[in-house]
Amino acid sequence: MDTVRFILVRLAKAVLVILGVAVMNFVLIHLAPGDPAAVMAGEAGAGDEKFIAQLRAQFGLDQPLPVQLWTYISGILRGDLGYSYRNQVPVAELIASRLPATLLLTGCAFVVSLVIGVGAGVLAAWRRGKLTDTAIMTGALVFYATPLFWVGLMAVLLFSIRLGWLPAFDMETVGAGFTGWARVKDIAAHLVLPVLTLGLFSAAVYARLTRASMLEVMSLDFVKTARAKGVPQARIIRRHVLRNAMLPIFTFASLQAGQLVGGAVLTETVFGWPGIGRLMFDALLQRDYPVLLGVFLTTAVVVVVVNLITDLLYRVVDPRIGATA
Amino acid sequence: MFQGSRKWLASLVLGATLALPAGAQAPATPTPGGTLNMIAQPEPPMLMVGLNTQGPTLYVGGQIYESLLTYGTDLKPLPSLAKSWEVSDDGLTYTFHLQEGVKWHDGQPFSADDVVFTGESFLTEAHPRWRLIHSTYVESVTAPDPNTVVFKLKTPFSAFINAFELSSFPIIPKHLYEGTDYRTNPANQTPVGTGPFKLQEWKRGSYIHLVKNPEYWKKDRPYLDELYFRIIPDAASRAVAFEQGTVDVLRGGDVEGFEVQRLAELPGVQSTTAGWEYYSPLAFMPMDLRKPPFDNKLVRQAVMHAIDRDFIAQSIMFGQAKAATGPIASTTKYYTADTPTYPFDIEKAMALIKESGVDLKANPIEIMPLPYGPQWERLVEYVRQQLDQVGFATTIKAVDAGGWSQAMSDLDFNMSVNFTYQYGDPALGVARHYLSNNIIKGTPYGNNGGYVNPKVDELFAKAAQATDEATAAAAYTEVQKILVDDVPVIWLFELQNTTLMHDKVHDLVRTGIGLNEVMDEAWISK
Repeated sequence: MDTVRFILVRLAKAVLVILGVAVMNFVLIHLAPGDPAAVMAGEAGAGDEKFIAQLRAQFGLDQPLPVQLWTYISGILRGDLGYSYRNQVPVAELIASRLPATLLLTGCAFVVSLVIGVGAGVLAAWRRGKLTDTAIMTGALVFYATPLFWVGLMAVLLFSIRLGWLPAFDMETVGAGFTGWARVKDIAAHLVLPVLTLGLFSAAVYARLTRASMLEVMSLDFVKTARAKGVPQARIIRRHVLRNAMLPIFTFASLQAGQLVGGAVLTETVFGWPGIGRLMFDALLQRDYPVLLGVFLTTAVVVVVVNLITDLLYRVVDPRIGATA
Repeated sequence: MFQGSRKWLASLVLGATLALPAGAQAPATPTPGGTLNMIAQPEPPMLMVGLNTQGPTLYVGGQIYESLLTYGTDLKPLPSLAKSWEVSDDGLTYTFHLQEGVKWHDGQPFSADDVVFTGESFLTEAHPRWRLIHSTYVESVTAPDPNTVVFKLKTPFSAFINAFELSSFPIIPKHLYEGTDYRTNPANQTPVGTGPFKLQEWKRGSYIHLVKNPEYWKKDRPYLDELYFRIIPDAASRAVAFEQGTVDVLRGGDVEGFEVQRLAELPGVQSTTAGWEYYSPLAFMPMDLRKPPFDNKLVRQAVMHAIDRDFIAQSIMFGQAKAATGPIASTTKYYTADTPTYPFDIEKAMALIKESGVDLKANPIEIMPLPYGPQWERLVEYVRQQLDQVGFATTIKAVDAGGWSQAMSDLDFNMSVNFTYQYGDPALGVARHYLSNNIIKGTPYGNNGGYVNPKVDELFAKAAQATDEATAAAAYTEVQKILVDDVPVIWLFELQNTTLMHDKVHDLVRTGIGLNEVMDEAWISK
């Protein structure tokens, strides 16, 4: 019963937060100079005043800002994200067509970075001061400090151009018409480089967090007690140390999960991945307000939902948290 | 040692192959079939060329839609949907005879009614350039019979015959658009044209897939079965795609200038700068002539002397450009070289500024780059350096596309960079930047600097209304002399876009509109 109330209160708050975010996004975007009509006229290479005025009227940009805001917000409340006049497609349709690609990419990157990062961190803590530890920590530092796009370009240079092992861009082989397992394999091959590029930074963070957190727990009395009782090392690491060292990792993982939707603009650009990050970037350059706001809203919703799930999971991982929430 | 000599041998063989004239390698007879891979950069917002005339839209949409005419590399009109045409002696009546047996992609017959609808309704509402031509010159568009269209003009307009290529006058299917809201018509998503290729699938963010139109009006054409336009957002990745053979063709602007040079030299790659004659983009710097320092002609002439246009063409544009000498590109028929010249001369520039008596320090200027990538930023950095050298106080104000359009439209700038398409005739692409009646807020492509010269207005009008070429040519020669002396804008260079393709691609660039031309004659060797 307590949990249900907790969820309901949080959901109510979440709706308010999302509406607030929507209003703020709307206002901020309209502060930028230039509107879709101006950009479109510019691209057309011509256009008299009347032509631009006509475009503005069609986009509803000739209405006072509060009226536009009301139109937009009431649309959201009805579940209507608006219409991209530029692309001639409803925004929701545009987002829905691009979201799966991003979720696949960032989801894989999330899992991969978590597995590699935590694994490396545990190994480093276990082998503290040994060569393995130094190697892992040096690697983590390198990937932590290197810009994403550079990692991506180097990976393409090595694995695609030099070695020819992996495709350098696209989500699947264009025009190959694969189906079933062949298609899955094809997409998987295309996933490798972008996922590593996107995941290595987070993996580095997980490795460092895990190692630090494990070492801290290892120095606590109950671990010493366990060791004195003759519990095998592997079991101590797994049952006693890792479980207690999980919280900081968990916190960072929830942050990363919050970026699942919006956080891949660079990777998607370098690897030609047809995701939502690029959709957002293009919409920004073209001042395609409805699309931009739609992507922001989707991102906000995902962040809020992930936060909610995280808070619930915290209570599962560490029951002490529930008492104070 | 052995390895070394083998390498030597290989390079010898390679050298010999390259030394062969291009014609010797190409098999003489076209073979039907095959897939051509290209890049659409950036991804077009839609393919309906009547509503959007951006480069990528025309590139892809140009395979779907057609116009009445097209133009050769010498800018002479060639048949497309019109198989022949006549112009009356008074220059007021243009009669087009249409191809017979043409069908829209949905099976409906194409007729003169479609052309009338296009010229009188669709484009007059939705097309930025045609609506201007229509309201200024056109009296009526009529169809005396299903295969004839007659345009009657109010006054003669010598450039009129040049206004019928794809980006200026795409023919729109009447049966899908009549009586609808053109911009929100669902048909915009499923383009229906008369062209050699039909839209099969558009996977946004990935590729646009066109397939052969089996009922194309030209017999046994097109040769190609499929066209793929890939969306690859990163310039370096696009170069990789070409090098790996994932794409067969790179259009000007698909990769950075320094990559063009490198890729053009790879074995098995051919390059050409042909196919841009109709557009002949010319880059220039508009200035706000309403206030100091650019209200003074001597200051403007000083700027012309202070900028080394050959250096820009060679070093900043990586040879993909040629120094401009005035408002009209040297590839256009009315160009004259007989104008004042401005050799690169810093001393002369400083002397002119001294003579002008303008206090440059008291009038600092902001230079706004064109937001189209690093080359345009380098360009402005170079200009700034040169101007500072002769005493200007400059800052650079970087903006994105939206900000640029807004600032130019609001006439809220000191100096910026822009480029203009010539559209085959100065009346269509050049005059608009210098006519005093085109000083209008709300468009970045008018006379934004605010140049006013009644003599120039008069000469442009005289040339446009001429019924014979000699009168037009004389007026254009005179107006070029006046403009180049007056320096209403700083002319920089004529862009020379390079098309790169692998050797297996043939007959791709054939006319003055280059890759926007229907690829019905293009073929690939197996």
